[in-house]
Amino acid sequence: MLTYILRRLLSTIPTLLVVITISFFLIRVAPGGPFDLEQPLNEAVLANLRKLYKLDEPLWRQYLLYLQGLVRGDFGPSFSSQDLTVAELFAKGLPVSIRLGALALTLAVFVGGALGVIAALRQNQPADYVVVTAATAGITVPTFVTAPLFQVTFGLWLAWLPVGGWNDGAVRNTVLPVLVLALPQMAVVARMIRAAMIEMLRANHIRTLRAQGLSNATIIRHALRGAALPVVSYLGPAAAALLTGSVVVETIFGLPGIGRYFVEGALNRDYTLVMGTVVVIACFVLVFNLIVDVLYAALDPRVRYA
Amino acid sequence: MFQAKTLFYAAAFATATLLSSTAFAQVTFLRGNDGDPETLDVQKGSTVTEAHLMRDLYDGLMIHNAKGEVVYGVAASHIESAGGTVFTFKLRPNAKWSNGDDFKASDYVFAFRRIINPDTGAKYANILFPIKNAEKVNKKQDGAKLEDIGVKAIDDKTLEITLERPTPYFLELLTHQTGYPVHEASVKKHGADYTKPENWVSNGAYSLKEWTPNSHIRLDKSPSFHDAANVQIERIMYFPTPDYAAASRRFMAGELHFTTDIPADQTKFLKEKLGDQVKIAPYLGTYYLAFNMAKKPFDDVRVRQALSMTIDREFIAEQIWGGTMLPGYSFVPPGIGNYGKPAAPDWAEKSPIDREDTAKKLLTAAGFGPGKPLKVEIRYNTTDNNRRTVVAIADQWKQVGVETTFINTDAKTHFAFLRERGEFDAARAGWIGDYSDPQNFLFLFQKDNTGFNYARFDNAEFDGLMKQAESETDLKKRADIMFKAEQIIAREQPYASVLFYSTKNLVSNKLQGFSSNLRGAYATRFYRLNP
Repeated sequence: MLTYILRRLLSTIPTLLVVITISFFLIRVAPGGPFDLEQPLNEAVLANLRKLYKLDEPLWRQYLLYLQGLVRGDFGPSFSSQDLTVAELFAKGLPVSIRLGALALTLAVFVGGALGVIAALRQNQPADYVVVTAATAGITVPTFVTAPLFQVTFGLWLAWLPVGGWNDGAVRNTVLPVLVLALPQMAVVARMIRAAMIEMLRANHIRTLRAQGLSNATIIRHALRGAALPVVSYLGPAAAALLTGSVVVETIFGLPGIGRYFVEGALNRDYTLVMGTVVVIACFVLVFNLIVDVLYAALDPRVRYA
Repeated sequence: MFQAKTLFYAAAFATATLLSSTAFAQVTFLRGNDGDPETLDVQKGSTVTEAHLMRDLYDGLMIHNAKGEVVYGVAASHIESAGGTVFTFKLRPNAKWSNGDDFKASDYVFAFRRIINPDTGAKYANILFPIKNAEKVNKKQDGAKLEDIGVKAIDDKTLEITLERPTPYFLELLTHQTGYPVHEASVKKHGADYTKPENWVSNGAYSLKEWTPNSHIRLDKSPSFHDAANVQIERIMYFPTPDYAAASRRFMAGELHFTTDIPADQTKFLKEKLGDQVKIAPYLGTYYLAFNMAKKPFDDVRVRQALSMTIDREFIAEQIWGGTMLPGYSFVPPGIGNYGKPAAPDWAEKSPIDREDTAKKLLTAAGFGPGKPLKVEIRYNTTDNNRRTVVAIADQWKQVGVETTFINTDAKTHFAFLRERGEFDAARAGWIGDYSDPQNFLFLFQKDNTGFNYARFDNAEFDGLMKQAESETDLKKRADIMFKAEQIIAREQPYASVLFYSTKNLVSNKLQGFSSNLRGAYATRFYRLNP
């Protein structure tokens, strides 16, 4: 098992390199550059800036320089936040995104999972209909609708919670964003668990358990182990996405996470910031996929890694 | 059972939160800003977002007061030489930096040399090109050295600035953020890190204490500021609020006292809800379409005139922008300094119906008609309001038989395309004045201004007038010359001015002393905050 994990970790290096290379050239292909503004810059000034940021060097040299920096852990300066390096931006923003994402993920797994189990056990009964309807709504209503809706309801009408702001991570400032982030994931988890549980409860080995007269709780535990498999594989990439932040939630609630960097970086042609985001997200995806595979082995006795 | 329990906990949690929520300290001015600054290095900044912050952090030789008028800042008086090329400033004797250092004329010598030095990479260095040798040094021409820049410290409190040529708007120019000083010792000691809160030294009413990107910037009152006795607000929290709709919700919840914009589609609702806390006032900016004069048939003045006069600007300003923009006919916005009433086309006064008839005739004369419709492709940068604006224009053009198609791209692509002189028929752009002078708008159309003159407008008479205005020191005569130049634009319509920008703010009733102004200059030091 350990050699398997080690081998997988080693194989992430060439994968990362491919991702970095493709992204590097893709963002450069996009027309315009970081200094193309609605209010255009003076030509002389523009030339000074391009020189300063080494944008006047041939592209292949810029690529090599970037890789060189990356090996030293230097993600380069940000074009749109000139006082900070990309590494500093992530050092400040990533913990915020991870905290929000982890809370949302926990909520999604436990609440979504519980709702899914309840629905499966009460299939075609009122409880099931409620869960399925709520889950469908959760999946279809986008966060840019739920976020303002929650702000108006809980912030303005009921005035229970702040409408926005980070306030150095105060609990009451995180409630709404976490809920908004968690809802769609909760809905997906509930639906997946429900479907998998229904199928599992009809499986042969569960019927055998029932015939042996085991308690309901034991049966649910056994069924859940099988039903969790599809959810686990879904949660790998979903966790990577949640922990690296959401541009919609962070912008609407005014939170200092890194979710906005992907979109803003691309729109601002902040080359180094886009690359930094790509590297971070790629690492998260690779690591979580590895975790999923390891969890698979733990959950499913048929899966063995040598 | 499970659900009942969850509900119970949720309710308990909500109640606990409700009880624990305390009002935010009211002595703090909670100020929304368009976003985060790209930099807190005052000499490298270029955005309006930064300008708001810098106005609180620094004190220039000349500044805007609450009404947007040009008044003395760190300078106490000045003398202008007979030819208008030498300005001698006396600095305030009690001017100090936030660390208590005396403010000296030599600080300005350092500051101007630093911003003009090409190695600094200042985005707005060109604003200071009227200063003697500044342009040459920034462009590395004729072996000009930093010491050659026309800025000299006569003594500790006397600064002399020599210009290349008389520049009637020079004092106004100094209010721009490029005219703020930097603290030499901090820059030399910390390099680029002088902008970190722990290293911060500035000479304004406030000093930087904290910056968490995408969360907030905290400024505290600077006790050593020369006018500290009259600064009422002790602390400012700047919050980046690029989502204007979310910002207006935070304003309504009392989490912000001030916002820098309002969502156009909610103007009516907000006015009903908030009354006179919604402030909309003219701003120094023009929203326009450029016609590509290097491409047929847009080289034909009749085609450009017909297209421009068909645009129903009143409808667009009211219906599309919810009254947050003003209809624009001239290119120079009204109210600008050193100018009178801007030059509008002669058809501006006519009714939309009459203009449509004239446009049809012009198009027929230019060879277009029912069998051969004029086809126009509008390029624009994607935003909701731009899209709605160009669709409205296309609909209005349709009335005179013009067929319109669109190409929309993100802002970077759009403006890079225009700068690199890509092929287009008509393109959307905007210009916000850097200083209150018609030259700052009309220079866009000079033939040699290749970076800005998107329409490739090439008119010897216009260029001649602009050249003439450059050397005219009599302000009245200069204004007349520029008016003549703008009349050429009004007649030729290389650019169809569509709207004038306005400043749009939500301003809490608690904030006293606020006054909308043409420059959008809102320095906190002039305000008071009622609890």
